[in-house]
Amino acid sequence: MAKTFILDGKTIPFEEGETIMEAAAAAGVYIPHLCHHPEFKPHGSCKLCTVSIGGRLGAACTNKAAEGMKVESETEALNGDRRALVQMLFVEGNHVCPSCEKSGNCQLQAAAYHLGMLTPHFTHFYPARDVDASHPDVLLERNRCILCELCVRASRDVDGKHVFGIGGRGIRARLIVNAASGRLADTSLSVTDRAAEVCPTGAIVRKRHGFTIPIGKRLYDHHDIAEAPVAGMERPGRD
Amino acid sequence: MTEPKKLKVATCSLAGCFGCHMSLLDIDEKLFELVKVVEFDRSPITDIKHCGPCDIGIVEGGVCNAENVHVLKEFRKNCRVLVATGACAITGGIPAWRNNVDLWDCFQEVYHYGIGLENGQIPNDPELPLPFDKVHPIGEVVRVDHFLPGCPPPADAIWKFLTDLAAGREPKLEYEMLHYD
Amino acid sequence: MPEQDVCDLPGIVARWQHDPANLVQILREVQESCGTIPSDALDRLAQLLGVPRVRIESTASFYAFFHAESHGAYEILFSDNIVDRMAGKEALKQYFCERLWLEPRKLSEDGLVYVDDTADIGLADQAPALLVNGYAIPSLDKARLDLVAELIRARKPLADWPPMLFEIPDNVRKPGPLMGEAFAPGAALKATLARGADATLAELDAANLRGRGGAGFKTATKWASCRKAEGEAHYVVCNADEGEPGTFKDRVLLASHADLVFEGMTVCARAIGARRGFLYLRGEYRNLHEKLKSVLAARREQGLLGRNILGEDGFDFDIEIHLGAGAYICGEESALIESLEGKPGKPRNRPPFPDRRGYRDQPTVVNNVETFACAAKIAEKGGAWFAALGTPQSAGTKLVSVSGDCKRPGVYEYPFGASVRQILIDCGAEDAHAVQVSGPSGTCISFREFDRRIAFEDLATAGAFMVFSRERDMFEVARNFTHFFAHESCGFCTPCRVGTSLLKNTMDKLAAGKGSAYDMHEMKHIMHILRSMAHCGLGHTAANPVVQTMEKFPDAYERRLKRLDFEPAFDLDGALQTARLITGRDDAWAHLANE
Ligand SMILES: Cc1cc2nc3c(=O)[nH]c(=O)nc-3n(C[C@H](O)[C@H](O)[C@H](O)COP(=O)(O)O)c2cc1C
Ligand code: SF4
Ligand code: SF4
Ligand code: SF4
Ligand code: FES
Repeated sequence: MAKTFILDGKTIPFEEGETIMEAAAAAGVYIPHLCHHPEFKPHGSCKLCTVSIGGRLGAACTNKAAEGMKVESETEALNGDRRALVQMLFVEGNHVCPSCEKSGNCQLQAAAYHLGMLTPHFTHFYPARDVDASHPDVLLERNRCILCELCVRASRDVDGKHVFGIGGRGIRARLIVNAASGRLADTSLSVTDRAAEVCPTGAIVRKRHGFTIPIGKRLYDHHDIAEAPVAGMERPGRD
Repeated sequence: MTEPKKLKVATCSLAGCFGCHMSLLDIDEKLFELVKVVEFDRSPITDIKHCGPCDIGIVEGGVCNAENVHVLKEFRKNCRVLVATGACAITGGIPAWRNNVDLWDCFQEVYHYGIGLENGQIPNDPELPLPFDKVHPIGEVVRVDHFLPGCPPPADAIWKFLTDLAAGREPKLEYEMLHYD
Repeated sequence: MPEQDVCDLPGIVARWQHDPANLVQILREVQESCGTIPSDALDRLAQLLGVPRVRIESTASFYAFFHAESHGAYEILFSDNIVDRMAGKEALKQYFCERLWLEPRKLSEDGLVYVDDTADIGLADQAPALLVNGYAIPSLDKARLDLVAELIRARKPLADWPPMLFEIPDNVRKPGPLMGEAFAPGAALKATLARGADATLAELDAANLRGRGGAGFKTATKWASCRKAEGEAHYVVCNADEGEPGTFKDRVLLASHADLVFEGMTVCARAIGARRGFLYLRGEYRNLHEKLKSVLAARREQGLLGRNILGEDGFDFDIEIHLGAGAYICGEESALIESLEGKPGKPRNRPPFPDRRGYRDQPTVVNNVETFACAAKIAEKGGAWFAALGTPQSAGTKLVSVSGDCKRPGVYEYPFGASVRQILIDCGAEDAHAVQVSGPSGTCISFREFDRRIAFEDLATAGAFMVFSRERDMFEVARNFTHFFAHESCGFCTPCRVGTSLLKNTMDKLAAGKGSAYDMHEMKHIMHILRSMAHCGLGHTAANPVVQTMEKFPDAYERRLKRLDFEPAFDLDGALQTARLITGRDDAWAHLANE
């Protein structure tokens, strides 16, 4: 018999070694997340997926499921705290959704909709961040980067290229690229790389593909992210 | 039967593009329903220049200069409920793109190198509102009670918001009415 | 001559076995020998080590002591703990800058000298203090700074500076079994070999030794679990990062009792079956490096390290020293391991903990310096002896680093259970009003709580004990700590990366007299997010100083609040200043009253 745990009162089956996030996703239950992606090694940095595991708080994407464990996710308190995290991500960067190619297909924005965010609330940092338009096919818009390291993981673990990394620390942490010039054009990134399409926000976008989908037809225009968790992907399932 | 007391509403556009106001007018025939319950005080719609005591203040646009602050403070003082309306009022929006451009460079661009300018001079006329270093959302200058996002917020969302407020309900937007763009 | 020619990159890389895991050490040596880590050095290191440049840059840009721009021939970093400030650091720094005609954070025009602040450097008992090219000078006053300024002007090489400038007394005020008794190198090891590994673990268990680095995890449990864990190799790591502001007892242990510490590590190696050990020494303790290396060399001579230790066949163990480079977070054990592996010091996802997956993903024991010293004592004198000291839940003694407003700052060794009041009497702090126990991440207690005790069951502590008298402004204390946390956040997780900076900015806003009750409420909200969502202990505790001082010293906040309702997030009139300068306007409409 399959092992199970309880998530918000619902029995969720899991296989040994699976995380709470993986098991929940396979059972069709959405736990808010940004730095998690089913194809990549768990990272655990955005903290959106924080759940209560038998009373202790932990990230669903890095904590393993265990037989009989009681997990709470959809509580008002947790969703309130998640909203605060999303608000922090908004004020930390420069997110001008009305002029962003990713708007409507952006997971940060969609998570904020899901959590009912009406305002970024905290005082804006308005940081000075570089935009890198040097690459012929890919735009790097650091104003919209949330440091989820999905591109870092994709480039390192799938593309085998190490195009991206994180430099600096604290509030000064920033996305860096593998070139002495600091320019994306001088890296080996190709538009067909996994790293070029994995970004959950509008920080890495394909050039000449912006605003092609009309408003109303975009991924999250009518669908809450809980119903369409990962852009361009079917809901991950287990056979 | 006496008519219910109408809600007094004031509106203004600070560092915004009047898009939110256009959207407000866009509620079409509902505008007639709205004026049954709502009476407009200071607003580009009425041309009243200063706002008196009001129930609801609708502010479009962020704060980019000294004059914006005067208007905003007048609204805060006179409006029981202040609603930050639209992306610019809530986050600074598109005008905040200038936040990482040096103000000196902005002036140069506008008054020295601007198209069609010859021997441009930076004006020092006290009539002109003096700009801030950065554009700020109104919530960084005064206390704000409600936020109605969108660029602009859809007409339906404005309608829903105002009727909720008029009815004394906590405004609530359905999924498709909540947009940042 | 181009700098990289002075800098023997291939030599440095070879000295570190061409191993990218040693990147932090390699960068540290590059920084030390060239004065900077220039961009092209990153490329050459990438080639020499065979790793992508972006990895080198990630690490190089993470640590505060690494920089790409030149900081001149003399880099002066003033320790910026609140205790340094209380001892006049700000005025002395200004005095020093004026003497040398410089501005902080700006290389002098002749390219000679650069002045900045740095987080507490482990000399709170001798505050204010500074680092010159990484070497500590304590007990600053005008006369000593005059001398430093003269030496710099004369361009005297650091090696020729008068040694008395660098003398750092231990200031042990109250010795106990750890610091007061003579220790014969080898004594604990001989007892261990006689007893065997199992019996040694049993002694440790009977001693009820709990970790001295703050968390208080039972040491015997950690060692036993590491010993049991399967792996290709087992490792022993001594955590000498001692970054918690106000803590300096590990500095004294290493300066004067290094044998005890190394012996504890070797006992551990025997117990868990390790062949390699590391001392992770904070970069601020650079001045101890040479001496510690010679202690290690002497121990090798004595057969206490190396192959077949004390003649025991197959008992091979050795210790390397790795230096940190200005990152408090590297005191967190998993971040420390990342740093040992040449990466930015970002805490890992746990579980698994290091006892199962530590250095190179192998079973690793990480313990504090003092914990290893205790372990050596226990191996020598037995668990029962140790357990008889202190309280039932907190066995043994605790080294307390006392600083701030008292007559006799220094290290005090107390059996667990000592009251705060007792410590205050002993150190001559008649006027004490508050004590920050265990540093910014610990507990702030007010004069009403001076009967509380140093023990895991009451006031758990990693050792800091900063005393504040009645005249001190507890708001400024908390503000200093928020700056510390914002500077030291590793930036990995959202709540801490953003939350610590929001807190810092809000405290600065209050300090500028522009705070409101709204801001107080905001800070409590941020604290809640940090406590519940942060990835590691730094984030969990980063708001403690604010919340605790708010609760215990509300006046310090209330008299700063401008009004109860709301105050703008920024200085309205100040934000018009640039435009006033550009337009030359100064009329009434060019100003905004910050009413
Ligand atoms: C932010 C942070 C900083 C820390 N700094 C230190 C430190 O400087 N020294 C130390 O021994 N432990 C420090 N710790 C605790 C270590 O993670 C770890 O618990 C300790 O080294 C284990 O040793 P012990 O059991 O002997 O105390 C720190 C923890 C955190 C979260
Ligand atoms: S990245 Fe997402 S949240 Fe940011 S501006 Fe673009 S759409 Fe908005
Ligand atoms: S660029 Fe995109 S994928 Fe990469 S770290 Fe930033 S937000 Fe994540
Ligand atoms: S809590 Fe702070 S220090 Fe710890 S992982 Fe998160 S950002 Fe890094
Ligand atoms: S999804 Fe789990 S921490 Fe980001």
